[in-house]
Amino acid sequence: MSINASWYLTLAAILFSIGAVGLLVRRNVIVMFMCVELMLNAANLTFVTFARQLNDIGGQAAVFFVLVVAAAEVVVGLGIIVAIFRRRLGATADDIHVLKG
Amino acid sequence: MHGLLLASTVPDALTFAVAAVISVTGALGVVLSRHPVHAALMLIMTMFGVAVLFVEENAQFLAAVQIIVYAGAIVVLFLFVIMLLGIDKAESIAAEPLKGQRPTAVLLGLLVLAEVVLLARGRWPTGAHSTAGALSQAGTNCGLSAQATCPNVNVLGQSIFTTFLLPFEVTSALLVIAVIGAVVLARRPHRLGTDTDPDSGTAPEEPDTDLVPDFSARDITAEGDDTTDTTQEGDQ
Repeated sequence: MSINASWYLTLAAILFSIGAVGLLVRRNVIVMFMCVELMLNAANLTFVTFARQLNDIGGQAAVFFVLVVAAAEVVVGLGIIVAIFRRRLGATADDIHVLKG
Repeated sequence: MHGLLLASTVPDALTFAVAAVISVTGALGVVLSRHPVHAALMLIMTMFGVAVLFVEENAQFLAAVQIIVYAGAIVVLFLFVIMLLGIDKAESIAAEPLKGQRPTAVLLGLLVLAEVVLLARGRWPTGAHSTAGALSQAGTNCGLSAQATCPNVNVLGQSIFTTFLLPFEVTSALLVIAVIGAVVLARRPHRLGTDTDPDSGTAPEEPDTDLVPDFSARDITAEGDDTTDTTQEGDQ
């Protein structure tokens, strides 16, 4: 018999919190993006755990779509970062303060 | 709270423990490493740990896709952008931009952690089971003998191409939009019209050097630290 689901959920919670703290603490835009990926991974782990718990393939299908959305998000996000960096040489989120109204 | 070993076999518990330690170490490495490249490599470590957990939970297809798409494509894209932009230098973590940002962030993170762990401890899977199709199906559903069970790939494929057909088709539109967006965003703006764009004062034939005068002309509040970094990168 396999591991109790609450262990997986707790691990996913830990990964999600680490990603959230990293998103708030770090200033490098690319590292912030990586933290978003970390949070997506934690959510995926939760999906798969509930799919196993409920004997339902829908959870795994949701992870499939999350993967597609994450890929699209990274492509557009990194495109935005490249476009910003082409104009200015700042590597941190604070350098984009000209966006404020 | 029951022990890790009570309801499971030793190999299962061991696999989970090792994969969990790898994932959490990688996640901490992403947040704590000063170098963006190190953070990307740590992210790969987390992906692999989560992939092992996917296998442990009978999601073999997702584990493979996790490694191929996340570790193989997304992180490589990250590394590509890091190298392309030349920002592969260590960030000074000691400097705090906003007063009290770090403690507030850690406090918020602990709050989120406590909340989600509290939820994870509850008995949530009480709803209807197998509403979108069962995870373990008899082998007759996928051309196998009645004693066998369908492989995960068959079940997931059948579900995506029947139950989730419309979302699957919509993702193709999403990917096309993302590709078009990336092309539009990554294109050099002064290729359109050099004379009409006041920002691109330099010649478009020299794409490597147009950033430096552009930067000094535009950024009035540039720090001295940034400009020295610029000259160093120009030398390399």
